[in-house]
Amino acid sequence: MIRVQEEPFSPGAELDAFLKGRTDIGAAASFTGTVRDMTGAADVARLTLDHYPGFTEAEIAKIENSARTRWALQDTLIIHRYGEMRPGEAIVLVVALAAHRRPAFEAADFMMDYLKTDAPFWKKETGPGGDRWIEPRQQDRDDKARWGAHKES
Amino acid sequence: MPRLVYFGRLKDAAGRGEELFDLPPGVRTAADLVKALAARDEILGVALGAPSVRLAADKKIIDRDATITQSREIAFMPPMSGG
Repeated sequence: MIRVQEEPFSPGAELDAFLKGRTDIGAAASFTGTVRDMTGAADVARLTLDHYPGFTEAEIAKIENSARTRWALQDTLIIHRYGEMRPGEAIVLVVALAAHRRPAFEAADFMMDYLKTDAPFWKKETGPGGDRWIEPRQQDRDDKARWGAHKES
Repeated sequence: MPRLVYFGRLKDAAGRGEELFDLPPGVRTAADLVKALAARDEILGVALGAPSVRLAADKKIIDRDATITQSREIAFMPPMSGG
């Protein structure tokens, strides 16, 4: 399941709701990405994420489908925010449900690595020095490359 | 007349998020469109010409040699960064 939304969300409440009533799973791996108040030496007062309605959801669905093809998963959840957010707020939540821990851990890691470089969002940090657009770092590309060849869109 | 949509730093470079753009005669491919935009605004042209900028026509990724004469919406996207 994918949700791209402007509203803040509670990662804990979302995870609880996603797990509620499920007795068929043995492992739930989740990752929450939050806004930091510092990037390098620059103070960050807020982060603004631009997205492309329709296209963003479709591209995230490709990432989710890749994970579900690659690992035996019972369900997946990706919640990603856009718009303006403040330090401490959650930007993204990824959950992978499986029978056992290994596929759950790996699938959550995989989905995050692909979201970092392939999800259509554009990030702008605003601090005392003005605005700065953030692009993927080499580390992000290296992280994604760990998963090997993957069909690109 | 297609709608052009700019994201991230390209929105700043274009000075707007979107615009309607009448394709000049002779514009057939995405690369032709970038050239036409560069003729109007050289700085924007350089930004759009960067190989790291990806293009989509009607929300499908396209190559720069793709024909865009029938496209309703063409998006210019700098490197993406989610999470």
